Amino acid sequence: MTAPTSKNSKTGRTRSSVLSWEAALVGLFLLTLMVGSSLSDAFFTPINLSNLAANLSEIALIALTMTLLVIAAEIDLSVASILGMTSALIGALWSVKVPMPLCLLAALLAGGAAGLLNGLLVTRLGLPSLAVTIGTLALYRGLAYALLGDRAVADFPTEYTNLGFGTLPGTEIPLPIVLFVLLALTVGVLLHATPFGRALYAIGSSETAARFSGLRVERSKLTLFVLSGLMSALAGMVYTFRFSSARADNGVGLELSVIAAVLLGGVSIFGGRGSVIGAVAAVFLIGSLTGLLQLKDVSNEILTIVTGLLLIGSVLVPNLLSSFRVALENRRERGGERP
Amino acid sequence: MTAQTSPPAARVSSSWLSRLLRARELSLILILVVLVLGTGLVNERFLSAQNLRDMLLNVSLIALAVVGQTLVLLMRHVDLSVSSVVGLSAYLSGMAFVTFPGLPWPLALLGGLAFGAVLGVINGLLVAYGRVPALVATLGTLYVFRGVDYAIVRGGQINASQLPASFLEVATGSLLGLPLVVWLTLAALIGFSVYLRSYRAGREYYAVGSSAEAAVLAGIAVSRRTLIGFTLSGAIAGLVGVLYLARYGTVDATAGTGLELQVVAAAVVGGVSISGGVGTLAGAGIGALLLGVIASALVTLRAPAFWQQAIQGALLLLAISTDALLSRRAARAAKLARTEQAARAKQSAGTEQAAPQERVP
Repeated sequence: MTAPTSKNSKTGRTRSSVLSWEAALVGLFLLTLMVGSSLSDAFFTPINLSNLAANLSEIALIALTMTLLVIAAEIDLSVASILGMTSALIGALWSVKVPMPLCLLAALLAGGAAGLLNGLLVTRLGLPSLAVTIGTLALYRGLAYALLGDRAVADFPTEYTNLGFGTLPGTEIPLPIVLFVLLALTVGVLLHATPFGRALYAIGSSETAARFSGLRVERSKLTLFVLSGLMSALAGMVYTFRFSSARADNGVGLELSVIAAVLLGGVSIFGGRGSVIGAVAAVFLIGSLTGLLQLKDVSNEILTIVTGLLLIGSVLVPNLLSSFRVALENRRERGGERP
Repeated sequence: MTAQTSPPAARVSSSWLSRLLRARELSLILILVVLVLGTGLVNERFLSAQNLRDMLLNVSLIALAVVGQTLVLLMRHVDLSVSSVVGLSAYLSGMAFVTFPGLPWPLALLGGLAFGAVLGVINGLLVAYGRVPALVATLGTLYVFRGVDYAIVRGGQINASQLPASFLEVATGSLLGLPLVVWLTLAALIGFSVYLRSYRAGREYYAVGSSAEAAVLAGIAVSRRTLIGFTLSGAIAGLVGVLYLARYGTVDATAGTGLELQVVAAAVVGGVSISGGVGTLAGAGIGALLLGVIASALVTLRAPAFWQQAIQGALLLLAISTDALLSRRAARAAKLARTEQAARAKQSAGTEQAAPQERVP
């Protein structure tokens, strides 16, 4: 029965195993929520959930564009530095009395330009994005320090800081999360339902094949890096207003959390595989786990360990399962041949 | 028959490659000399024995970690967990000195080596046998090891006053004018250079990184090689951790954070390709030295403190971009030379018909 359809069933299985991974993430997420609410009445309260969600804002936002990049087999390690640079830029401009809308525009432009530089170095010089963005990680963080030094700018007008820690009127949903939901829907449609998005899978699976099929590989990648820069700038604004503080060291080390979330979400580091839903589910799973562990008064270090183990497990467990399955099938086939 | 024809071809391509690499190391050394002399001319204090010694001391820890990282990078993998291994090993060795004040320091170095090797084995098993991509595996262990570090340290700190003076001498003392740390790093660089250049096991790193499939077909035990590479990288990082403690004396839970990017950057500047199979330890060591000298020169030249990181980042980008442009030009020149040769050979054979096709876009 298995022999004639083995090829079809194999592709079917990989697809279903990807889907089931996302389902598993959502299941784990719901499980942590249930465990949390059974452990304490304070867990499943709107305010607690709202706080937990708000703390995820920047990671969740950047994870969206990181998903696109990783699917296209690229990576951007400079996102947290762009966040810091744009935050510092907003602070530096605001402290010399530039009107806020202009500050925000400048931040977006700076983020886009930073992404453009990453993209140009990757696409024009053919450099590996890992090497390029390690370099720009240092450069953009350095520019943040150059802009603001060790000063902190905190006197932002309340109508803007309210955008950071305010909630949707009448609910406890934080405004940055509203922004995130809108952008997640946009990116989801972009990735899963437009030629541009589908091309990313082709590019990630095999760049050579994509190029021979007439896809504009360079242009797609350049667009992705610019989008990543813009999203990081947006996350920089959210961070600045949420903490009402512009500092050069805002968001240091955030890039690893973002990448961990994206990879945990089932996006393959080799490109060509992954979905926005998976990445979003992973971000929220990490968030709900954080909440759960905080509730049990488990210290942060355990959370760090759990994040690391989840990240490794997300790849290791499916690998082990599949090799186990292959071994089992081989044995069965051998057993079937014998009679 | 193929066995007879392939060695000369391999020799030609490898000598061409090694010439390119040597040229690269030469250009790095040139930049280094210009930088050191230029800075020295502006401010003589830069060339003072004390400053040069401090600079070497700072560079040697990174350069030692680069040795392990290079082994892994050559195989087209990466080890991001080095910073956490360094931090964990530094704190644990400090704790060992606090609990056993009479601990002889060579034993501490060996302990760090062994402890790091165990952590390296974990990475190696995940990558080689668990088929977890190195970036994912070592990013994961970066978190796990750092988390364990936090859990053990719990806000504590090791201070220089708790450490035996003989141990601190490892970094501060002087043996033939230089601290022991510098000699150790030099020994590791030279020893592993010979290993990579002249030993079968060393050549396997290049083979695995150039093409894992081809390496398997050539009879190389790729999984075992990968495991050994990660183990060595971990062991060296463990050693760096103990030396870190000797160098700085003060160690808390954040010791070594961010080191992984510096180490990868030094290797990349030194010409170790992030896509595997290309690079030498001489280059990687010079890369580490170059980054260290740049950092030190910026301080000496009184570059505004807050601009220094930006300048370092820009220089790093400049280094890898120039390298890409140069190697692309070299590749194009080699291709052109090859096609010209082919065209000439064809012309002499009287087949001029093919000539227009030989034009390279």
